[in-house]
Amino acid sequence: MKKQNKLRHYLGKQEIAGYVFILPFIIGFLAFMAIPMFLSFVFSFTDYDILSKPAFIGINNFKNMFFNDPKFWKVFKVTLKYVIFSVPLKLLMALLVALLLVRNTKLSGFYRAVYYLPSIIGSSVAVAILWRRMFASDGVINSILQSIGIPSNIPWLGRESTAIWTLIILTVWQFGSSMLIFLSGIKQIPVTLYESAKVDGAIGIQRFFKITLPMLTPTIFFNLINQLINGFMAFTQSYIITQGKPRDSTLFYTVYMYQNSFTYNKMGYGSAMAWFMILILSVLTFILFKTQKYWVYYEAEN
Amino acid sequence: MARSMKKTNILSKIIYHLFTMTFAFVMIYPLLWMILGSFKENIQLLQRPEELWPEPFTLENYKLGWQGFAGYDFGIFFKNSFIIAGLSTIGAVISSSIVAYGFARCSFKLRGFWFSCMLLAMMLPFQMIMIPQYILFNKMGWVGGYLPIIIPHFFGQGFFIFLNVQFIKGIPRDLDEAATIDGCSIYSIFPRIILPLIKPSLVTTAIFSFMWRWDDFLSALIYLSDPMTYPVSYALKMFSDPSVGTDWSSMFAMATLSLVPIFIIFFTMQKYLVEGIAATGIKG
Repeated sequence: MKKQNKLRHYLGKQEIAGYVFILPFIIGFLAFMAIPMFLSFVFSFTDYDILSKPAFIGINNFKNMFFNDPKFWKVFKVTLKYVIFSVPLKLLMALLVALLLVRNTKLSGFYRAVYYLPSIIGSSVAVAILWRRMFASDGVINSILQSIGIPSNIPWLGRESTAIWTLIILTVWQFGSSMLIFLSGIKQIPVTLYESAKVDGAIGIQRFFKITLPMLTPTIFFNLINQLINGFMAFTQSYIITQGKPRDSTLFYTVYMYQNSFTYNKMGYGSAMAWFMILILSVLTFILFKTQKYWVYYEAEN
Repeated sequence: MARSMKKTNILSKIIYHLFTMTFAFVMIYPLLWMILGSFKENIQLLQRPEELWPEPFTLENYKLGWQGFAGYDFGIFFKNSFIIAGLSTIGAVISSSIVAYGFARCSFKLRGFWFSCMLLAMMLPFQMIMIPQYILFNKMGWVGGYLPIIIPHFFGQGFFIFLNVQFIKGIPRDLDEAATIDGCSIYSIFPRIILPLIKPSLVTTAIFSFMWRWDDFLSALIYLSDPMTYPVSYALKMFSDPSVGTDWSSMFAMATLSLVPIFIIFFTMQKYLVEGIAATGIKG
């Protein structure tokens, strides 16, 4: 009886209770993330086909990646191009539409829903199938172009110059969730700022560049990091819509990594690719954080 | 003077709505085209794609598409999807709220460290850990079943922990203190006081988790090999494989059907979705 009380007292301490509550996370973090990541780091220095034992080969995977695998740089460039175009376009679109929807009307809720819907379903297999049909040479895009007088029978998905753009358009189409974040950011800007700007004679466009945009920079920063990571991780579009075709011009980094690891059973090489991407993402995030002080405006400082 | 002001006001309103409405139509057009296309005959869908309205209107595509492929119909795939998304979501809601309570209400050693680990877990995309996870689950003999897809969600998911922490922090501590005076222990405060108050963030967790799991096809692609076990997302991919599928109307029918649960959640739970995104900036 006494022992039980002691135990209860012991478990009741915050110090202990905290660990009891977060225990699931600690177990999950160690088992499904930390240890696997550590193992993957080790595997990246091995030749490992999952059936036989991993064989240590030093930095050969990285050497092969950088110097002997032209496809590696190809997919890296393709992914980079996709990110460089889709992320800024998506954010720009999100910001513009947020500015459009900030006006309160009876239809606001309806508009918000319609603009937001694509980002909820955009990465699904269903939409990937739809995109493949839309941009086919006898698809709806060409026939709409024809019906408004532009003769077009471009095989959008079959040409190297256009295929990647169908994927970029699909990504930009999903600007909805970024838009909602911008919308709530705009609504948090104190009205007094605009009022004092009015006194100073700032109008329209000026108001946007002097108040709205600077006050939104933290939101832009947040969205930018999020979307950059999402962009580099894009998989479904490339895997289902274009399957990397034509001539690997739409083959994304993650798809090539997947192929190496699971189609060709080169787990070591796949791990090396994953770690290289983690490095790129960390460096990018780090640089962005460092540039914050030049362009991101935080209220507390000023 | 006042009258002309009013006139320009109305004019600007009309222009605003005309523009916003037109653009909204462009945005939603692909979806309309797919949904209406699922009721068209193949010949109309492929030869006169610019026509939006089905003529004639047919339900044949749903009948044909439902039969699926290789003897497995979509009833099986839908059942599988509900099992996977349902169980993962239950796991995510329970575990994330418990872990969040620990982070938000208890002070313990290394709390900052574990919180950073949580943020790290939140930032690290699945694509980056899928290879070592696969190796691990392969060793455990779990590959081919649902365990590797479902079980990790029972150990707290970064985003949802974060969401719930934010929400719990908004609840006044006075409530906890009052409960302690009434004899509640730190363990009973959670179910009695906190849990009923964080219903909104639990609902937000549940709907985002369910939608993401429902859409997810990468983990099915990696772990499943028997068509009997495929979720809808993966089955749809196989069903529409260029080497197999040429019946676009049926593909559209099943694609539309696969989105129905998402549409239902979207239209009934919009408030939670919008607020959830605004509160945490969850990616969508």
